[in-house]
Amino acid sequence: MSEPRASDSLTHLQRLEAEAIHIMREVVAEAERPVMLYSVGKDSAVMLHLARKAFYPSPPPFPLLHVDTTWKFRDMYALRDRMAAESGMELLVYQNPEAAERGINPFDHGALHTDLWKTEGLKQALDKWGFDAAFGGARRDEEKSRAKERIFSFRTASHGWDPKNQRPELWNLYNARKHKGESIRVFPISNWTELDVWQYIQLEGIPIVPLYFAAPRPTVERDGMLLMVDDDRFPLREGEVPVERSIRFRTLGCYPLTGAVESAAATLSEVIQETLLTTTSERQGRAIDKDAGGAGMEIKKQQGYF
Amino acid sequence: MDEPAYVTEALIAEDIDAYLDQHQHKTMLRFITCGSVDDGKSTLIGRLLYDSKMIFEDQLSALESDSKKQGTQGQEIDFALLVDGLAAEREQGITIDVAYRFFNTEKRKFIVADCPGHEQYTRNMVTGASTADLAVILIDARKGVLVQTRRHSYLCHLLGIRNLVLAVNKMDLVDYSQEVFDAIVADYAAFARGIGIEGFTALPISGFKGDNITAPSPNTPWFKGPTLIEHLETVEVLAERDSERPLRLPVQWVNRPNLDFRGFSGLIASGSVSPGDEVRVLPSGKTSTVTRIVTLDGDLDRAVAGQSVTLCLADEIDCSRGNVIAAADAPPEVADQFEATLVWLNDEALHVGRGYWLKLGTQTVSVTVQQPKYTVNVNTMEHIATKTLELNAIGVAEITTDKPLVFETYADSRTLGGFILIDKLSNATVGAGMLHFSLRRAQNVHWQPTDISREDHARLKNQTPRVLWFTGLSGAGKSTIANEVEKRLALMNRHTFLLDGDNVRHGLNKDLGFTEADRIENIRRVGEVAKLMADAGLIVLTAFISPFRAEREMVRAMLPEGEFIEIHVDTPLEVAEGRDVKGLYKKARSGQLKNFTGIDSPYEPPEAPEIRVNTSEMSAEQAADFIIAQLLPLK
Repeated sequence: MSEPRASDSLTHLQRLEAEAIHIMREVVAEAERPVMLYSVGKDSAVMLHLARKAFYPSPPPFPLLHVDTTWKFRDMYALRDRMAAESGMELLVYQNPEAAERGINPFDHGALHTDLWKTEGLKQALDKWGFDAAFGGARRDEEKSRAKERIFSFRTASHGWDPKNQRPELWNLYNARKHKGESIRVFPISNWTELDVWQYIQLEGIPIVPLYFAAPRPTVERDGMLLMVDDDRFPLREGEVPVERSIRFRTLGCYPLTGAVESAAATLSEVIQETLLTTTSERQGRAIDKDAGGAGMEIKKQQGYF
Repeated sequence: MDEPAYVTEALIAEDIDAYLDQHQHKTMLRFITCGSVDDGKSTLIGRLLYDSKMIFEDQLSALESDSKKQGTQGQEIDFALLVDGLAAEREQGITIDVAYRFFNTEKRKFIVADCPGHEQYTRNMVTGASTADLAVILIDARKGVLVQTRRHSYLCHLLGIRNLVLAVNKMDLVDYSQEVFDAIVADYAAFARGIGIEGFTALPISGFKGDNITAPSPNTPWFKGPTLIEHLETVEVLAERDSERPLRLPVQWVNRPNLDFRGFSGLIASGSVSPGDEVRVLPSGKTSTVTRIVTLDGDLDRAVAGQSVTLCLADEIDCSRGNVIAAADAPPEVADQFEATLVWLNDEALHVGRGYWLKLGTQTVSVTVQQPKYTVNVNTMEHIATKTLELNAIGVAEITTDKPLVFETYADSRTLGGFILIDKLSNATVGAGMLHFSLRRAQNVHWQPTDISREDHARLKNQTPRVLWFTGLSGAGKSTIANEVEKRLALMNRHTFLLDGDNVRHGLNKDLGFTEADRIENIRRVGEVAKLMADAGLIVLTAFISPFRAEREMVRAMLPEGEFIEIHVDTPLEVAEGRDVKGLYKKARSGQLKNFTGIDSPYEPPEAPEIRVNTSEMSAEQAADFIIAQLLPLK
């Protein structure tokens, strides 16, 4: 990856990598207490890898923060703990105590589940440790309102986002100055596409959760989505019997909310091939974007969702 | 429409590894599209995404239903709805903020910044243009070159975009007329030459119908040029030539995992670097040799512009965030006063003279902006006199930083020539700027570091250096009192030197007259000499009228805090004129002598001098004793 081509013109992935590393170093130089949001998905895997490159031979000078909903796939928890140990970084896990106490779960509480565990949980975690800058793996190609978000995205003391009042971001100059209580969400891979992420994982040999690869797994079909029965908390409806299907996931969240696709793609090349030939977009498997018409994500972000 | 020529679905399906190998070696082009609201910008981008299969079926079905609800194209697909992402924009049918989109062809990956067209969004357009290699300027074939076309072209040119594409859009609505196309191109060429645009590529297209986007259009047989995609795929990206320029690495962060390792991390702005290269660290000017280029994948033999690296140096020299590691034989300049073009980005207008933060590369310094020389009417390119810069205004002004800045002109380097201004109270990014040149001479001289420091010099002389700056009217008694003070200091075994106005004008400054500009230069030179002598450990006494406050403050700022002692020899004009030792007042009054301070040239008395003596109340000896008493203990 790092060797330039003979002509000195870097490939697009080399440029994107250099840009992301530059952004991470700017944050470390200018923020007081940065943290990296770590959701264990493929984008998080790339982010963690980039952070290790940016600061080598030092370990990345910030902790990893996993805002846990307790409903992630088991494979995700396993990889999370392994990667934290390998990188030499501190892993902070936060679970919203209110959500835990009320027993909030994706089966009974729908949108409230995301709101309490993720949105509220994230705010509480940032406040608890006093982080003033949080790296996230969001990309501009994912969703329409993200296409307009800055790389350094400011949040008020109450974590709100004001899309009409974003700071101009010129060249690669980032203004990281902020008032006490305010924080920045920083998106170093803003300019990457899904294909870039996949190809980078392949070229760099970055470990990812096995669920991205097809394998026979127990599933049920519900509301047009193919769900995996990952543990015995999955309440089967009457008549539902888990069926073993060869499935994989394009995106990973809480297992009861993440739709699988039937697939035989067992290698990275095959996964990429399938991704490129597919006819639905990556976030399509997620329920969250469809709320409130086309503006679902924009509204969620204004409320403090990452 | 036929299948676009650049869709590589077949290869993806047949040989994914071959496709990935191709994709891996693609280069990247960042471009912006600009044009006014109805020129079809968003439609064109939507078309590029659609043709390159960047729109998925679920997005397409959402688009189809949205098109019927909100679209402006009747029952046909409104590609613009794909691009205008914010809810407010979809409602109003306009583009407010810059949106970034991505697509690939066989040769390149593209990042498109879609910029709003209205004049009130000039700042958004400047933001989009700052990272672009190329600009597509859309023109509605029915309307020709409009005020917006000129404004957008000017802004692109200002931000240094050298690749301009004039896309004459909606050709389908003018029957693909060559005459219409040619007339628009001629009209635009005349305008472009006038503002210094060296060249552009003109294409007749229809974003809506797809003419000349991916394939040559049968509707324009008279057009022999490339399609839009062909041009975007092959145009030379100027940034790729950055590696041919001398090395510049703005240091972001010092990597210090343990006592045995010290690395300097940053993104190479230009040039290339290999172990063994001589480098110079600016602004200190110290040199060293690169020993390693460290990465997680192992050490590199060479790194080039655009890569983020960590360098190790052979010597333990001072180097921290904000410093620039440069080719030893071709370092950038260092200065603190510049002429720059400013673009104002904030609702609150520029405050002339107020301190802002200036961020350039990895350097952050305090800066003041002087009253702009002019502002540019972005529609007519006229220069207009102004006192300030309002939101979206573009103007030229002098700026002064409180610390020296390592820089290059914006024409040479976006990284070391482009900067943002940050309000110190609100922390908002209020302005952006591009450096033209520095206003002080001798920037090409490098600071030669020496081993015997100014502290060493002072210690040897057992004294703290001072510059005793005597200011006052001609005939006030400056030279006489300074002479008395120096005699007393000599008796106290102090090492001193007296710089006298008349004497200096016989040598160092004999080329200078008495105009305002020459007086300023006179004081600047004396200030520099006094500073050198203070560096040598001396107590320097200067006796100059030095009528302007700004120049005295300039000299004060050259010296460490507390070393500049301003002594106002405060003698009323009538007393000084009454003495008229050299007969100069008489000559000035009779008109034989021009620009004489106090007569036809102003004297600005110090507002808070360290010491003030009134020679109509005390003798020169008394004044000297008083000054010495104020100065003691001189340590």
